[in-house]
Amino acid sequence: MATVRFDKATRIYPGADSPSVDKLDIDIADGEFLVLVGPSGCGKSTSLRMLAGLEEVNEGKIWIGDRDVTNLSPKDRDVAMVFQNYALYPHMTVADNMGFALKIAGVDKSEIRRRVEEAAKILDLEPYLERKPKALSGGQRQRVAMGRAIVRSPQVFLMDEPLSNLDAKLRVQTRTQIASLQRRLGVTTVYVTHDQVEAMTMGDRIALLKDGILQQVASPREMYDKPANVFVAGFIGSPAMNLLSVPVTQDGAKFGTHRLDIGRDELANAGSKVVVGVRPEDVEVRTDNDGLEIEVDVIEELGADAYVYGSPVSKDIHLEGSDEEGERPFIARVDGRNVPRKGEHIFVFPKPQHIHAFNQETGARLI
Amino acid sequence: MTTSNPSVPPPAVEKKQAPKGPRKLTKAEIRATEAKTKLTSPWATGIAIVMAILWTIPTFGLLVTSIRPQSSIQNSGWWTWFTNPEFTLDNYDAVLFGSSTGFLTYFVNTVVITIPAVVIPITIALLAAYAFSWIEFRGRDLLFVAVFALQIVPLQVTLIPLLSIYVDVGLAGSFWTVWLSHSIFALPLAIFMFHNFMKDIPRSLVEAARVDGAGHVRIFFRVLLPLLVPAIAAFTVFQFLWVWNDLLVALTFAGGTPNVAPLTVRLAELSGSRGQDWHLLSAGAFVALIVPLAIFLFGQRYFVRGLLAGGVKG
Repeated sequence: MATVRFDKATRIYPGADSPSVDKLDIDIADGEFLVLVGPSGCGKSTSLRMLAGLEEVNEGKIWIGDRDVTNLSPKDRDVAMVFQNYALYPHMTVADNMGFALKIAGVDKSEIRRRVEEAAKILDLEPYLERKPKALSGGQRQRVAMGRAIVRSPQVFLMDEPLSNLDAKLRVQTRTQIASLQRRLGVTTVYVTHDQVEAMTMGDRIALLKDGILQQVASPREMYDKPANVFVAGFIGSPAMNLLSVPVTQDGAKFGTHRLDIGRDELANAGSKVVVGVRPEDVEVRTDNDGLEIEVDVIEELGADAYVYGSPVSKDIHLEGSDEEGERPFIARVDGRNVPRKGEHIFVFPKPQHIHAFNQETGARLI
Repeated sequence: MTTSNPSVPPPAVEKKQAPKGPRKLTKAEIRATEAKTKLTSPWATGIAIVMAILWTIPTFGLLVTSIRPQSSIQNSGWWTWFTNPEFTLDNYDAVLFGSSTGFLTYFVNTVVITIPAVVIPITIALLAAYAFSWIEFRGRDLLFVAVFALQIVPLQVTLIPLLSIYVDVGLAGSFWTVWLSHSIFALPLAIFMFHNFMKDIPRSLVEAARVDGAGHVRIFFRVLLPLLVPAIAAFTVFQFLWVWNDLLVALTFAGGTPNVAPLTVRLAELSGSRGQDWHLLSAGAFVALIVPLAIFLFGQRYFVRGLLAGGVKG
């Protein structure tokens, strides 16, 4: 068990102009489950591979416990990694796959057998120990890859999108299993995924990256309630948060006809416009013609709830992320038994406690 | 031999998947199915049989000739054997044990030449291919292109320079000349081929081994080598046949020294300088042919798959 610390770790690929991972600073506590998440190409896998020793660190340092591992080779770092394609050795049986690292470490045969069987028991792999990987299903292969990591009882588990090759149902199941297994073993884990749902459900904390730059590290709850900037706000949550650019006037920021409860001090540095964010479930549909007028385009019925997809009637207001390919819809969650009709005009405004406001230029959070 | 039979996997996979309902076939599988239907049509089968017969007739004729008495060989064609069957092992006796021919010694020479001439290049090429595939070093790509480009140098060009080098360093007249020459000529293609096979092995497999604590030596022997068995087998067959049947290199470097000259050199002499022995040619040829034939039959599935595997990607 150990802590992990990225200390301004930077990776610049040869021939690239900008760093793939730029001055990454994260402290990971002992036994913590940290999820690295972000869109593809954001540097999350690179960060993980830097920690594994598979990728060179050009600047900064990486610590595991109180050891500086920046220039150590993977075998000297005492980390175990689960790969996206599992990377099982095709010519070895499941037992040999799981025991390979121990065999290299010179652990004695009966001890290897004991630890492999122990791990197999945890993962329900006992009947398959003598099989080759090609005779296993996708889920079983995934468990073997997990087993290979568990058997070593390393300082840190590294997982690189281990669920992305499973079908949807199995993925949800395995997600819970991995999370509970990690809590049970108490091994510090760094987990990479592009799926924000996985990140929210599994991690003690989430680190969100974009273009190699760390956007925010926080617990899933904090990430959801207090996103540090516009990007985090748009990335976390499904359906995504509504982000509107609204003008700041003398009275403050206005959301349609409704004046938003944002303090003058916060608005002082914001310029002439602010980006206001409101999650679909924090939208109130009003009947008193107060708020932002929306024309309903599509209704998605989910039973208990329904999602209303609409567009602002006023042509001056656009949702962030709209471009030539089309306007982003405004999304509101409404009571499933009281759904507006298609084409109807409704008035929406955010519940006062759940308004997010961001600087138009920098994207940084105001309140 | 530890890996699966090449013809088995596709149907096996389909059988396993069947209970889960139909699934989309991969490109490779579609191509395999198409090829299978085309190749199993009656026409294709018919043509294949005709070709097989046409191709086998000369070999069969050689076999028949080799068991006919000297007078018959010199007076009539082998096909007359069917109307006038005769059988004798005198030719084989003369070829193998006769004092003037001494095929047995040459046979041993060929074996002594062939085995190191196969083992040396394959060993070196595997190591080189590993370095080219998995070790980062300066000038790697340039060096690889250089090695690749060596394939276009015709080996005839190198014969005289090599011979003079061998004479200078005092190797002339030993087996080393032939071993080294065959190794030199085989290496560019071998390195290129093994490099391609190694590149086809997923990178994450090597990375997993590195994280598991394996160094280069262990990765090479424990992870990559077992996966390369088909490629190694294919190239072994290839190189074995080439060296065994080689006349040019052997004649140039070992032709003048009877105690290191291989079968092929002796075989050429049978019909050439000592023309009076030409009735022994068929028996001699058959002796020379039997080992490669056995090797080919034994290794042909690797041979065929090995050559195809690099070129067709799924």
